[in-house]
Amino acid sequence: MAVYLLRRLLQSALVMLAMSVIVFIGIYAIGNPVEILISPEADQMERERAIRALGLDLPLWMQYLSFLKNALQGDLGRSFVFNEPALQLILQRMPATLELAFGATFIALLVGLPLGLYAGLKPNSFGAKTVMAGSILGFSLPTFWVGLMMIMVFAVQLGWLPSTGRGQTVEVLGLRWSFLTWDGLQHLIMPAMNLALFKISLVIRLTRAGVRETMLMDYVKFARAKGLSPARVTYVHVFKNILIPVVTVVGLELGSTIAFSVVTESVFAWPGMGKLIIDSINVLDRPVIVAYLMMIVLMFITINLLVDLAYSALDPRVRLEGK
Amino acid sequence: MAQTPTANDASPVLEVRDLQTHFFTRAGVVKAVDGVSFTVRRGKVLGLVGESGSGKTVTGFSILGLVDAPGRIAGGSILFHGQDLAKLSEEEMRQLRGNRIAMIFQDPMMTLNPVLRIDTQMIETVQAHAKVSREEARQRARDTLGMVGIPSPEERLKAYPHQFSGGMRQRVAIAIALLHRPELIVADEPTTALDVTIQAQILAEVQKLCAQTGTAMIWITHDLSVVAGLADDLAVMYAGRVVERGPVSETLDAPLHPYTAGLIGSVPSRNKRGEPLRQIPGMTPSLLNLPGGCAFRTRCPKAQEKCRQDPPFGELLPGREARCFFPYNVPAGEAAA
Repeated sequence: MAVYLLRRLLQSALVMLAMSVIVFIGIYAIGNPVEILISPEADQMERERAIRALGLDLPLWMQYLSFLKNALQGDLGRSFVFNEPALQLILQRMPATLELAFGATFIALLVGLPLGLYAGLKPNSFGAKTVMAGSILGFSLPTFWVGLMMIMVFAVQLGWLPSTGRGQTVEVLGLRWSFLTWDGLQHLIMPAMNLALFKISLVIRLTRAGVRETMLMDYVKFARAKGLSPARVTYVHVFKNILIPVVTVVGLELGSTIAFSVVTESVFAWPGMGKLIIDSINVLDRPVIVAYLMMIVLMFITINLLVDLAYSALDPRVRLEGK
Repeated sequence: MAQTPTANDASPVLEVRDLQTHFFTRAGVVKAVDGVSFTVRRGKVLGLVGESGSGKTVTGFSILGLVDAPGRIAGGSILFHGQDLAKLSEEEMRQLRGNRIAMIFQDPMMTLNPVLRIDTQMIETVQAHAKVSREEARQRARDTLGMVGIPSPEERLKAYPHQFSGGMRQRVAIAIALLHRPELIVADEPTTALDVTIQAQILAEVQKLCAQTGTAMIWITHDLSVVAGLADDLAVMYAGRVVERGPVSETLDAPLHPYTAGLIGSVPSRNKRGEPLRQIPGMTPSLLNLPGGCAFRTRCPKAQEKCRQDPPFGELLPGREARCFFPYNVPAGEAAA
């Protein structure tokens, strides 16, 4: 296990390194931030000085090496725009995105698993058919449209929920969280539901397919032949087997939600990382973009590792070996 | 060997009478089991023999009430100590399953849940029917594992199914079936997936356990050589019906029904070297499209015009029944059909 983890860490470091090269070259290819950052009225002297101050006069490989050297010391560069450390900018906005993504995933599992289980156990019932038809809507309705409709119904017409912002936050562990206050929670519900809609459908369909497949297995029939209660057969024998594909997909989904919940964040004016990265791309704020992408890579690596660890907990046939 | 009257002395544990289990599919009603009758007595083994698709397994599942939609028991009765199982509610059936009636499945690689430890799978079975503590249940599981010949049962309890070989897994499955000392075990080809030496061991083990505990058993198989050594009585199924029934040795020595004769003739060891292996011509008919009258007549060497009518199931010789107008081995004039 220790060997396995060590190997995974080494692999992760290599992936990070490779990603940093790709990201750096990619950003360089997009365009020159100088054109955007420096006012057109600036004279040649001022231009030269600004370029040198930003380190943009050096050749690409030297810029990369100095980035790498600083990155290893935990410094991912300063934002050209805000003149603040890029990492700090991202970390400030991270709690908002994290609570949104985890909230959405939580809702997806809370709603998706029972509905999927129901649809799988009683596939021919009216309820199951309704659930499956509904899940198609969840897949196909565009997020931004659903978000706008939710605002119209719940914020504008019914006035039940606030439509924008994070509401009241409290500081825990040096970061500001809104899900810990009642006001913040109210602000969180709609965007989280909006993000969760697609995931609920995904979990429903995965769970249903898994249940349908597992119910046909001999071990389920054998469990029934042992005289176990239907509840025990379903919640222990069937459920534990279908969790494996669900965990895989939900893990990956969680990662992409954290990284790319831009649409929902924009619709609900949720001050998360998605908003930051879009703004930074617009003004070619290279350090922020690079730092953001590196953070995302790190996060995916971590999530994948956690998913693999979850596998070994769920399926005894999976062994984590240092191969 | 003469007809042993003792075989009928023991009280019947299970009496299946005219059982009909039908599957209501879109293509039509599939009569997987269509009028099956047999009796199993205490401490005796009934061999239920037939080709694939003859309805043996569905008969087994019917007894345990495990027939899934679109199938259901459409008629007949399954008397377990006189109580009709076909009329019990699902919850009453559940209390019997794994407790007084147990089942062993065909493929040991598939019958144990891959993600649960052996102890979990055994303890839950104990606790499903007996109000005992976890520790007591565990002890019972350990003792039963030892009984079926699993070495160091205490350690093996903590293992997962994939850590066992096929033969060992089948022993675990048998141990699970034996946990509550059932009065009846339905064994659905439990040795088919195992290699020959393991098969012999398991057969010997099962025979011993049955004799010790007085458990009655229905041994479903397509392998006559297994039945020959194990069973007391034989019921041969074809296309959802029992076509012949009687004590094992007499039936194998002198079969009445041409289908039984064909099955016996198909056992390779009975053929002479150099001769082509004998087989029953044709294929098992589709249950959706059975020939009228005797279902076997299209493949039967003795079929005549009369076979277009349904032959009755009757006692042709003392203690021996068959569903045939023109049986083998019945002296002329004695056919009472």
